[in-house]
Amino acid sequence: MSDQALKTTPLTEAHRASGARMVEFAGYAMPVQYADGVLREHIWTREHCGLFDVSHMGPAFLRLKARSGDPKADHAAVAKLLEPLVCGDIVGLKRGQQRYTLLLNEHGGIVDDLMVARPRSDADQGVLVIVVNAGTKDGDFARIVAAAGDAAELVRADDRGLIAVQGPEAEAVAGALIPAAADLAFMEMTSAELWGETVLVSRSGYTGEDGFEILVGAANARRLWDALLADRRARPIGLGARDSLRLEAGLPLYGHDLDETVSPIEADLGFAISKKRLEREDFRGAARAIGELAGRLERRRVGLRVEGAPAREGAEIVGPDGAVVGRVTSGGFSPTLSAPIAMGYVPPPLAEPGAELGVVVRGRRQGAVVAPMPFVPHRYRRKPA
Amino acid sequence: MRFTKEHEWIEADGDVATVGITAYAAEQLGDVVFVELPEKGKTVRAGDAFAVVESVKAASDVYAPVSGQVVEVNGALPDAPETINAMPEQDGWFAKVKLSNPSELDGLMDRAAYEQFLATL
Repeated sequence: MSDQALKTTPLTEAHRASGARMVEFAGYAMPVQYADGVLREHIWTREHCGLFDVSHMGPAFLRLKARSGDPKADHAAVAKLLEPLVCGDIVGLKRGQQRYTLLLNEHGGIVDDLMVARPRSDADQGVLVIVVNAGTKDGDFARIVAAAGDAAELVRADDRGLIAVQGPEAEAVAGALIPAAADLAFMEMTSAELWGETVLVSRSGYTGEDGFEILVGAANARRLWDALLADRRARPIGLGARDSLRLEAGLPLYGHDLDETVSPIEADLGFAISKKRLEREDFRGAARAIGELAGRLERRRVGLRVEGAPAREGAEIVGPDGAVVGRVTSGGFSPTLSAPIAMGYVPPPLAEPGAELGVVVRGRRQGAVVAPMPFVPHRYRRKPA
Repeated sequence: MRFTKEHEWIEADGDVATVGITAYAAEQLGDVVFVELPEKGKTVRAGDAFAVVESVKAASDVYAPVSGQVVEVNGALPDAPETINAMPEQDGWFAKVKLSNPSELDGLMDRAAYEQFLATL
Protein backbone atom coordinates (compact mmCIF):
# COMPACT_ATOMS: atom_id res chain seq x y z
CA MET A 1 0.00 0.00 0.00
CA SER A 2 1.01 3.60 -0.43
CA ASP A 3 1.42 5.39 2.86
CA GLN A 4 3.51 8.31 1.65
CA ALA A 5 1.08 10.87 3.03
CA LEU A 6 0.55 9.14 6.35
CA LYS A 7 2.14 10.25 9.60
CA THR A 8 4.72 8.00 11.18
CA THR A 9 5.84 7.27 14.75
CA PRO A 10 9.41 6.87 15.99
CA LEU A 11 8.78 3.11 15.63
CA THR A 12 7.35 2.94 12.11
CA GLU A 13 10.63 1.73 10.63
CA ALA A 14 10.91 -0.96 13.29
CA HIS A 15 7.46 -2.27 12.33
CA ARG A 16 8.30 -2.33 8.62
CA ALA A 17 11.60 -4.08 9.33
CA SER A 18 9.84 -6.81 11.30
CA GLY A 19 7.36 -7.56 8.52
CA ALA A 20 4.28 -5.90 10.00
CA ARG A 21 1.25 -5.37 7.81
CA MET A 22 0.74 -1.60 7.89
CA VAL A 23 -2.63 0.14 7.67
CA GLU A 24 -3.92 3.68 7.98
CA PHE A 25 -5.23 4.48 11.45
CA ALA A 26 -6.13 8.03 12.53
CA GLY A 27 -3.85 9.42 9.83
CA TYR A 28 -0.88 7.27 10.84
CA ALA A 29 0.72 4.26 9.20
CA MET A 30 0.33 1.65 11.95
CA PRO A 31 0.93 -2.10 12.25
CA VAL A 32 -2.35 -4.03 12.22
CA GLN A 33 -0.49 -7.30 12.71
CA TYR A 34 2.99 -8.80 12.61
CA ALA A 35 4.03 -12.17 11.22
CA ASP A 36 2.34 -14.06 14.07
CA GLY A 37 -1.13 -12.81 13.12
CA VAL A 38 -3.94 -11.44 15.27
CA LEU A 39 -4.93 -14.71 16.95
CA ARG A 40 -1.43 -15.67 18.15
CA GLU A 41 -0.59 -12.07 19.10
CA HIS A 42 -3.74 -11.90 21.21
CA ILE A 43 -3.02 -15.15 23.03
CA TRP A 44 0.65 -14.24 23.52
CA THR A 45 -0.37 -11.03 25.30
CA ARG A 46 -2.75 -12.91 27.62
CA GLU A 47 -0.06 -15.51 28.43
CA HIS A 48 3.23 -13.59 28.24
CA CYS A 49 3.97 -9.99 27.26
CA GLY A 50 2.87 -7.92 24.27
CA LEU A 51 4.48 -4.67 23.10
CA PHE A 52 2.25 -2.08 21.45
CA ASP A 53 3.28 1.08 19.64
CA VAL A 54 0.70 3.62 20.82
CA SER A 55 2.78 6.66 19.86
CA HIS A 56 -0.06 7.82 17.60
CA MET A 57 -2.12 8.67 20.67
CA GLY A 58 -2.04 12.13 22.22
CA PRO A 59 0.24 12.49 25.24
CA ALA A 60 0.63 16.10 26.40
CA PHE A 61 1.58 18.17 29.42
CA LEU A 62 -0.61 20.91 30.80
CA ARG A 63 1.82 23.19 32.60
CA LEU A 64 0.88 26.06 34.91
CA LYS A 65 2.73 29.19 33.75
CA ALA A 66 3.12 31.03 37.07
CA ARG A 67 3.92 28.50 39.74
CA SER A 68 3.89 29.52 43.41
CA GLY A 69 6.22 26.75 44.53
CA ASP A 70 3.53 25.42 46.88
CA PRO A 71 2.99 21.89 45.50
CA LYS A 72 -0.61 21.58 46.68
CA ALA A 73 -1.66 25.01 45.47
CA ASP A 74 0.06 24.58 42.11
CA HIS A 75 -1.58 21.20 41.54
CA ALA A 76 -5.00 22.57 42.48
CA ALA A 77 -4.51 25.54 40.16
CA VAL A 78 -3.72 23.46 37.08
CA ALA A 79 -6.36 20.83 37.96
CA LYS A 80 -9.04 23.52 38.18
CA LEU A 81 -8.27 24.56 34.61
CA LEU A 82 -8.99 21.05 33.29
CA GLU A 83 -11.87 20.09 35.58
CA PRO A 84 -14.61 22.09 33.80
CA LEU A 85 -14.01 19.91 30.70
CA VAL A 86 -14.19 16.51 32.42
CA CYS A 87 -16.31 14.67 35.01
CA GLY A 88 -13.46 13.31 37.14
CA ASP A 89 -11.85 14.58 40.32
CA ILE A 90 -8.59 16.06 39.06
CA VAL A 91 -7.91 18.33 42.04
CA GLY A 92 -8.08 15.26 44.28
CA LEU A 93 -5.40 13.33 42.40
CA LYS A 94 -2.57 12.25 44.68
CA ARG A 95 1.05 12.60 43.60
CA GLY A 96 1.86 9.85 41.13
CA GLN A 97 -1.80 8.94 40.63
CA GLN A 98 -3.41 8.50 37.22
CA ARG A 99 -7.13 8.56 36.51
CA TYR A 100 -9.38 7.57 33.60
CA THR A 101 -11.83 10.37 32.84
CA LEU A 102 -14.15 11.68 30.15
CA LEU A 103 -14.12 14.92 28.19
CA LEU A 104 -17.75 16.07 27.87
CA ASN A 105 -19.66 18.47 25.62
CA GLU A 106 -22.37 20.89 26.81
CA HIS A 107 -25.00 18.16 26.49
CA GLY A 108 -23.02 15.77 28.64
CA GLY A 109 -22.01 13.70 25.59
CA ILE A 110 -18.57 12.10 25.50
CA VAL A 111 -16.03 14.02 23.38
CA ASP A 112 -13.23 11.62 24.33
CA ASP A 113 -12.01 9.29 27.03
CA LEU A 114 -8.57 10.05 28.41
CA MET A 115 -5.99 9.51 31.12
CA VAL A 116 -4.89 12.31 33.43
CA ALA A 117 -2.02 11.94 35.89
CA ARG A 118 -0.39 14.11 38.55
CA PRO A 119 3.40 13.83 38.53
CA ARG A 120 5.18 12.58 41.60
CA SER A 121 8.13 14.94 41.98
CA ASP A 122 8.20 18.34 43.70
CA ALA A 123 9.58 19.92 40.56
CA ASP A 124 6.56 18.87 38.48
CA GLN A 125 3.70 20.04 40.68
CA GLY A 126 1.46 22.30 38.64
CA VAL A 127 1.76 19.93 35.69
CA LEU A 128 -0.77 17.35 34.47
CA VAL A 129 0.12 14.48 32.17
CA ILE A 130 -2.73 13.88 29.74
CA VAL A 131 -3.15 11.10 27.17
CA VAL A 132 -6.05 11.39 24.70
CA ASN A 133 -7.07 9.26 21.73
CA ALA A 134 -5.34 9.52 18.37
CA GLY A 135 -8.43 10.24 16.30
CA THR A 136 -9.64 13.04 18.55
CA LYS A 137 -6.42 14.63 19.73
CA ASP A 138 -6.45 17.86 17.73
CA GLY A 139 -9.98 18.74 18.87
CA ASP A 140 -9.27 17.70 22.46
CA PHE A 141 -6.11 19.79 22.62
CA ALA A 142 -7.93 22.82 21.19
CA ARG A 143 -10.53 22.53 23.96
CA ILE A 144 -7.88 22.20 26.64
CA VAL A 145 -5.87 25.16 25.28
CA ALA A 146 -9.03 27.30 25.27
CA ALA A 147 -9.88 26.27 28.83
CA ALA A 148 -6.34 26.95 30.05
CA GLY A 149 -6.33 30.47 28.64
CA ASP A 150 -3.24 32.39 29.76
CA ALA A 151 -2.86 30.41 32.95
CA ALA A 152 -1.24 27.28 31.52
CA GLU A 153 0.40 26.03 28.37
CA LEU A 154 -0.29 22.72 26.67
CA VAL A 155 2.89 21.03 25.46
CA ARG A 156 2.18 18.18 23.05
CA ALA A 157 4.34 15.10 23.41
CA ASP A 158 2.95 13.13 20.49
CA ASP A 159 6.26 13.34 18.65
CA ARG A 160 7.72 10.97 21.27
CA GLY A 161 7.43 7.22 21.53
CA LEU A 162 4.61 5.75 23.65
CA ILE A 163 5.02 2.03 24.21
CA ALA A 164 2.51 -0.19 26.01
CA VAL A 165 3.93 -3.32 27.65
CA GLN A 166 1.04 -5.63 28.55
CA GLY A 167 0.53 -9.10 29.96
CA PRO A 168 1.37 -11.28 32.97
CA GLU A 169 5.10 -11.04 32.20
CA ALA A 170 5.03 -7.27 31.60
CA GLU A 171 6.44 -6.49 35.04
CA ALA A 172 9.44 -8.73 34.49
CA VAL A 173 10.07 -7.37 30.99
CA ALA A 174 9.63 -3.66 31.77
CA GLY A 175 11.20 -3.95 35.22
CA ALA A 176 14.42 -5.35 33.78
CA LEU A 177 15.04 -2.04 32.00
CA ILE A 178 13.18 0.36 34.29
CA PRO A 179 13.27 -1.06 37.85
CA ALA A 180 10.98 1.69 39.19
CA ALA A 181 8.15 0.29 37.04
CA ALA A 182 7.83 -2.77 39.27
CA ASP A 183 7.12 -0.57 42.32
CA LEU A 184 4.02 0.97 40.77
CA ALA A 185 0.46 -0.18 41.45
CA PHE A 186 -2.32 0.00 38.85
CA MET A 187 -2.97 3.61 37.80
CA GLU A 188 0.21 5.00 39.32
CA MET A 189 2.83 6.94 37.36
CA THR A 190 6.44 7.82 37.96
CA SER A 191 9.37 9.30 36.13
CA ALA A 192 12.51 7.22 35.75
CA GLU A 193 16.00 7.65 34.33
CA LEU A 194 16.81 5.64 31.24
CA TRP A 195 19.92 6.15 29.09
CA GLY A 196 20.34 9.73 30.29
CA GLU A 197 16.76 10.75 29.72
CA THR A 198 13.74 11.03 31.98
CA VAL A 199 10.96 8.72 30.83
CA LEU A 200 7.43 8.53 32.24
CA VAL A 201 6.04 5.14 33.22
CA SER A 202 2.48 4.39 34.31
CA ARG A 203 1.00 1.06 35.33
CA SER A 204 -1.93 1.08 32.95
CA GLY A 205 -3.06 -0.07 29.54
CA TYR A 206 -6.08 -1.12 27.53
CA THR A 207 -5.93 -4.90 27.38
CA GLY A 208 -7.30 -5.88 30.80
CA GLU A 209 -3.87 -7.27 31.70
CA ASP A 210 -1.29 -5.93 34.10
CA GLY A 211 1.10 -3.67 32.24
CA PHE A 212 2.79 -0.35 31.65
CA GLU A 213 2.80 2.58 29.28
CA ILE A 214 6.16 4.24 28.76
CA LEU A 215 6.59 7.72 27.27
CA VAL A 216 10.10 7.99 25.84
CA GLY A 217 11.84 10.59 23.69
CA ALA A 218 11.82 9.97 19.94
CA ALA A 219 15.60 9.48 19.91
CA ASN A 220 15.47 6.59 22.40
CA ALA A 221 12.13 5.09 21.34
CA ARG A 222 13.59 2.59 18.88
CA ARG A 223 16.31 1.61 21.31
CA LEU A 224 13.73 0.96 24.04
CA TRP A 225 11.46 -0.99 21.66
CA ASP A 226 14.38 -3.17 20.57
CA ALA A 227 15.62 -3.65 24.13
CA LEU A 228 12.16 -4.74 25.31
CA LEU A 229 11.85 -7.09 22.31
CA ALA A 230 15.23 -8.63 23.08
CA ASP A 231 13.45 -10.28 26.02
CA ARG A 232 12.07 -13.55 24.68
CA ARG A 233 8.93 -13.12 26.75
CA ALA A 234 7.98 -10.03 24.71
CA ARG A 235 6.55 -9.90 21.18
CA PRO A 236 5.20 -7.01 19.11
CA ILE A 237 1.41 -6.83 18.89
CA GLY A 238 -0.59 -4.97 16.25
CA LEU A 239 -3.81 -2.98 16.29
CA GLY A 240 -5.85 -6.07 15.38
CA ALA A 241 -5.09 -7.85 18.64
CA ARG A 242 -5.18 -4.57 20.56
CA ASP A 243 -8.83 -4.34 19.49
CA SER A 244 -9.77 -7.93 20.36
CA LEU A 245 -7.97 -7.67 23.73
CA ARG A 246 -9.79 -4.49 24.76
CA LEU A 247 -13.11 -5.95 23.58
CA GLU A 248 -12.63 -9.01 25.81
CA ALA A 249 -11.72 -6.65 28.66
CA GLY A 250 -15.04 -4.83 28.16
CA LEU A 251 -13.25 -1.54 27.46
CA PRO A 252 -15.03 0.85 25.08
CA LEU A 253 -13.29 2.26 22.02
CA TYR A 254 -13.89 5.92 21.23
CA GLY A 255 -15.54 6.51 17.87
CA HIS A 256 -17.15 3.08 18.02
CA ASP A 257 -18.62 2.41 21.48
CA LEU A 258 -18.48 6.04 22.55
CA ASP A 259 -19.37 9.24 20.70
CA GLU A 260 -20.69 12.73 21.36
CA THR A 261 -24.31 11.55 21.71
CA VAL A 262 -23.49 9.05 24.46
CA SER A 263 -23.41 10.02 28.14
CA PRO A 264 -21.13 8.46 30.78
CA ILE A 265 -24.10 6.69 32.41
CA GLU A 266 -25.37 5.33 29.08
CA ALA A 267 -21.85 4.08 28.38
CA ASP A 268 -21.77 2.33 31.79
CA LEU A 269 -18.80 4.51 32.74
CA GLY A 270 -20.39 5.96 35.87
CA PHE A 271 -17.23 5.05 37.80
CA ALA A 272 -15.47 7.84 35.90
CA ILE A 273 -17.80 10.46 37.42
CA SER A 274 -16.48 11.98 40.64
CA LYS A 275 -19.03 11.53 43.46
CA LYS A 276 -18.07 14.90 44.90
CA ARG A 277 -18.53 16.61 41.58
CA LEU A 278 -21.85 14.87 40.99
CA GLU A 279 -23.09 16.16 44.36
CA ARG A 280 -21.93 19.64 43.41
CA GLU A 281 -23.36 19.24 39.88
CA ASP A 282 -20.32 21.09 38.60
CA PHE A 283 -19.56 19.32 35.31
CA ARG A 284 -21.19 19.41 31.90
CA GLY A 285 -24.14 17.03 31.76
CA ALA A 286 -24.35 16.66 35.56
CA ALA A 287 -28.13 17.18 35.49
CA ARG A 288 -28.41 14.57 32.74
CA ALA A 289 -26.33 12.12 34.76
CA ILE A 290 -28.50 12.66 37.87
CA GLY A 291 -31.67 12.05 35.83
CA GLU A 292 -30.20 8.95 34.19
CA LEU A 293 -29.07 7.56 37.56
CA ALA A 294 -32.61 8.19 38.88
CA GLY A 295 -34.00 5.93 36.14
CA ARG A 296 -34.51 8.23 33.17
CA LEU A 297 -32.11 6.24 31.02
CA GLU A 298 -32.89 5.38 27.41
CA ARG A 299 -30.09 2.97 26.66
CA ARG A 300 -27.08 1.36 28.26
CA ARG A 301 -23.91 -0.24 26.95
CA VAL A 302 -23.93 -3.99 27.51
CA GLY A 303 -21.85 -7.02 26.61
CA LEU A 304 -23.31 -9.77 24.44
CA ARG A 305 -22.37 -13.42 24.02
CA VAL A 306 -23.35 -14.16 20.43
CA GLU A 307 -24.33 -17.53 18.97
CA GLY A 308 -23.14 -18.38 15.47
CA ALA A 309 -21.32 -15.87 13.31
CA PRO A 310 -19.59 -12.88 14.92
CA ALA A 311 -21.84 -9.79 15.01
CA ARG A 312 -19.77 -6.81 13.87
CA GLU A 313 -20.17 -3.07 14.41
CA GLY A 314 -23.50 -1.85 13.04
CA ALA A 315 -25.39 -5.15 13.41
CA GLU A 316 -28.95 -4.69 14.70
CA ILE A 317 -29.80 -5.97 18.17
CA VAL A 318 -33.37 -7.27 18.39
CA GLY A 319 -35.60 -7.91 21.40
CA PRO A 320 -37.56 -11.07 22.18
CA ASP A 321 -40.40 -9.86 19.87
CA GLY A 322 -37.99 -9.29 16.98
CA ALA A 323 -38.15 -5.49 17.12
CA VAL A 324 -34.86 -3.63 16.71
CA VAL A 325 -33.77 -2.36 20.14
CA GLY A 326 -30.21 -1.25 19.47
CA ARG A 327 -27.02 -1.76 17.52
CA VAL A 328 -23.71 -3.49 18.03
CA THR A 329 -20.94 -0.91 18.46
CA SER A 330 -18.00 -3.37 18.60
CA GLY A 331 -18.02 -7.04 17.90
CA GLY A 332 -15.84 -9.89 16.87
CA PHE A 333 -14.39 -13.19 17.87
CA SER A 334 -12.90 -13.68 21.32
CA PRO A 335 -9.72 -15.76 21.06
CA THR A 336 -9.74 -16.42 24.81
CA LEU A 337 -13.34 -17.68 24.87
CA SER A 338 -13.28 -19.12 21.32
CA ALA A 339 -16.67 -17.52 20.79
CA PRO A 340 -18.11 -14.35 19.33
CA ILE A 341 -18.64 -11.41 21.69
CA ALA A 342 -19.95 -7.90 21.19
CA MET A 343 -20.88 -4.63 22.86
CA GLY A 344 -23.89 -2.52 22.04
CA TYR A 345 -26.59 -0.29 23.44
CA VAL A 346 -30.03 -1.53 24.54
CA PRO A 347 -32.88 -0.11 26.65
CA PRO A 348 -32.36 -0.72 30.42
CA PRO A 349 -35.15 -3.32 30.76
CA LEU A 350 -33.17 -5.51 28.34
CA ALA A 351 -29.75 -4.72 29.79
CA GLU A 352 -29.57 -7.20 32.67
CA PRO A 353 -27.14 -10.12 32.37
CA GLY A 354 -28.97 -13.18 31.09
CA ALA A 355 -31.46 -11.21 28.99
CA GLU A 356 -32.06 -13.17 25.80
CA LEU A 357 -31.83 -10.94 22.76
CA GLY A 358 -30.86 -11.45 19.15
CA VAL A 359 -28.48 -9.94 16.62
CA VAL A 360 -29.03 -9.74 12.88
CA VAL A 361 -26.06 -10.96 10.85
CA ARG A 362 -26.35 -11.01 7.04
CA GLY A 363 -30.12 -10.80 7.30
CA ARG A 364 -30.55 -13.65 9.76
CA ARG A 365 -31.40 -13.52 13.46
CA GLN A 366 -28.94 -15.20 15.81
CA GLY A 367 -29.19 -15.60 19.57
CA ALA A 368 -27.34 -13.12 21.80
CA VAL A 369 -27.38 -13.11 25.60
CA VAL A 370 -26.49 -10.09 27.71
CA ALA A 371 -23.27 -10.95 29.56
CA PRO A 372 -21.40 -9.22 32.36
CA MET A 373 -18.26 -7.37 31.32
CA PRO A 374 -15.35 -7.81 31.31
CA PHE A 375 -15.77 -10.98 29.27
CA VAL A 376 -12.29 -12.01 30.43
CA PRO A 377 -11.34 -11.01 34.01
CA HIS A 378 -9.04 -8.02 34.46
CA ARG A 379 -5.68 -8.84 36.02
CA TYR A 380 -4.59 -5.40 37.18
CA ARG A 381 -2.07 -5.12 40.05
CA ARG A 382 -4.04 -2.91 42.34
CA LYS A 383 -2.55 -1.41 45.47
CA PRO A 384 -3.65 -3.49 48.50
CA ALA A 385 -6.55 -1.68 50.17
CA MET B 1 -7.06 -25.87 -11.20
CA ARG B 2 -8.37 -22.43 -12.21
CA PHE B 3 -8.40 -19.17 -10.29
CA THR B 4 -10.39 -15.93 -9.96
CA LYS B 5 -9.22 -12.40 -9.27
CA GLU B 6 -11.16 -12.67 -5.99
CA HIS B 7 -8.77 -15.49 -5.00
CA GLU B 8 -11.04 -18.51 -5.26
CA TRP B 9 -9.76 -21.74 -6.83
CA ILE B 10 -11.87 -24.25 -8.71
CA GLU B 11 -11.05 -27.73 -9.89
CA ALA B 12 -13.45 -29.50 -12.24
CA ASP B 13 -13.95 -33.25 -12.37
CA GLY B 14 -16.44 -33.90 -15.17
CA ASP B 15 -19.34 -31.54 -14.62
CA VAL B 16 -18.77 -31.15 -10.87
CA ALA B 17 -16.19 -28.64 -9.61
CA THR B 18 -14.66 -28.21 -6.16
CA VAL B 19 -14.27 -24.61 -4.92
CA GLY B 20 -12.10 -23.06 -2.22
CA ILE B 21 -9.98 -20.00 -1.46
CA THR B 22 -6.34 -19.74 -2.48
CA ALA B 23 -3.31 -19.90 -0.21
CA TYR B 24 -2.80 -16.19 -0.91
CA ALA B 25 -6.35 -15.41 0.26
CA ALA B 26 -5.93 -17.51 3.40
CA GLU B 27 -2.66 -15.74 4.20
CA GLN B 28 -4.24 -12.31 3.69
CA LEU B 29 -7.25 -13.15 5.86
CA GLY B 30 -5.19 -14.41 8.73
CA ASP B 31 -6.52 -17.07 11.07
CA VAL B 32 -10.02 -18.06 10.04
CA VAL B 33 -12.23 -18.43 13.12
CA PHE B 34 -15.66 -18.84 11.51
CA VAL B 35 -16.97 -20.10 8.18
CA GLU B 36 -20.45 -20.02 6.72
CA LEU B 37 -21.09 -22.41 3.84
CA PRO B 38 -23.91 -22.37 1.27
CA GLU B 39 -26.78 -24.79 1.67
CA LYS B 40 -26.67 -27.97 -0.33
CA GLY B 41 -29.01 -27.65 -3.29
CA LYS B 42 -28.61 -23.91 -3.59
CA THR B 43 -28.34 -22.53 -7.11
CA VAL B 44 -25.60 -19.95 -7.58
CA ARG B 45 -24.51 -17.70 -10.41
CA ALA B 46 -20.89 -16.88 -11.16
CA GLY B 47 -19.90 -13.91 -9.01
CA ASP B 48 -22.54 -14.49 -6.29
CA ALA B 49 -21.37 -14.28 -2.70
CA PHE B 50 -21.94 -17.88 -1.63
CA ALA B 51 -19.88 -18.34 1.55
CA VAL B 52 -18.35 -16.19 4.28
CA VAL B 53 -15.03 -16.51 6.09
CA GLU B 54 -14.24 -14.53 9.21
CA SER B 55 -10.98 -13.77 10.94
CA VAL B 56 -10.77 -12.25 14.43
CA LYS B 57 -10.89 -8.86 12.76
CA ALA B 58 -13.24 -9.02 9.79
CA ALA B 59 -15.74 -10.94 7.65
CA SER B 60 -15.09 -11.57 3.95
CA ASP B 61 -17.35 -12.94 1.23
CA VAL B 62 -16.35 -15.88 -0.92
CA TYR B 63 -17.73 -15.71 -4.46
CA ALA B 64 -18.90 -18.55 -6.67
CA PRO B 65 -16.40 -18.73 -9.56
CA VAL B 66 -19.00 -20.44 -11.78
CA SER B 67 -22.76 -20.94 -12.07
CA GLY B 68 -24.48 -24.11 -11.00
CA GLN B 69 -25.98 -26.02 -8.11
CA VAL B 70 -24.22 -26.73 -4.82
CA VAL B 71 -24.21 -30.53 -4.57
CA GLU B 72 -21.93 -30.95 -1.55
CA VAL B 73 -20.35 -28.78 1.17
CA ASN B 74 -17.31 -29.45 3.35
CA GLY B 75 -19.12 -30.27 6.57
CA ALA B 76 -15.85 -30.54 8.52
CA LEU B 77 -15.03 -26.84 8.06
CA PRO B 78 -17.43 -25.12 10.49
CA ASP B 79 -15.94 -27.07 13.41
CA ALA B 80 -12.36 -26.75 12.13
CA PRO B 81 -12.11 -23.41 10.29
CA GLU B 82 -8.33 -23.44 10.86
CA THR B 83 -8.16 -26.06 8.09
CA ILE B 84 -8.63 -23.17 5.66
CA ASN B 85 -5.29 -21.69 6.77
CA ALA B 86 -3.52 -25.03 7.08
CA MET B 87 -4.59 -26.56 3.75
CA PRO B 88 -6.48 -23.96 1.74
CA GLU B 89 -6.16 -25.72 -1.59
CA GLN B 90 -6.77 -29.27 -0.31
CA ASP B 91 -8.78 -30.14 2.84
CA GLY B 92 -9.94 -26.53 3.17
CA TRP B 93 -12.30 -26.78 0.18
CA PHE B 94 -15.72 -25.14 0.62
CA ALA B 95 -18.23 -26.72 -1.74
CA LYS B 96 -18.79 -28.78 -4.87
CA VAL B 97 -20.84 -27.20 -7.64
CA LYS B 98 -22.54 -28.97 -10.53
CA LEU B 99 -21.68 -26.75 -13.46
CA SER B 100 -24.58 -25.29 -15.43
CA ASN B 101 -22.25 -23.68 -17.94
CA PRO B 102 -18.85 -25.44 -18.07
CA SER B 103 -17.55 -22.90 -20.60
CA GLU B 104 -17.35 -20.37 -17.72
CA LEU B 105 -14.17 -22.20 -16.68
CA ASP B 106 -12.45 -20.97 -19.83
CA GLY B 107 -12.71 -17.39 -18.60
CA LEU B 108 -10.72 -18.14 -15.44
CA MET B 109 -6.95 -17.97 -14.93
CA ASP B 110 -4.65 -20.96 -14.90
CA ARG B 111 -2.00 -21.13 -12.14
CA ALA B 112 0.67 -19.33 -14.15
CA ALA B 113 -1.72 -16.48 -14.97
CA TYR B 114 -2.90 -16.30 -11.35
CA GLU B 115 0.66 -16.10 -10.06
CA GLN B 116 1.37 -13.37 -12.57
CA PHE B 117 -1.74 -11.58 -11.30
CA LEU B 118 -0.55 -11.92 -7.67
CA ALA B 119 2.75 -10.33 -8.64
CA THR B 120 0.88 -7.17 -9.66
CA LEU B 121 -0.82 -6.78 -6.25
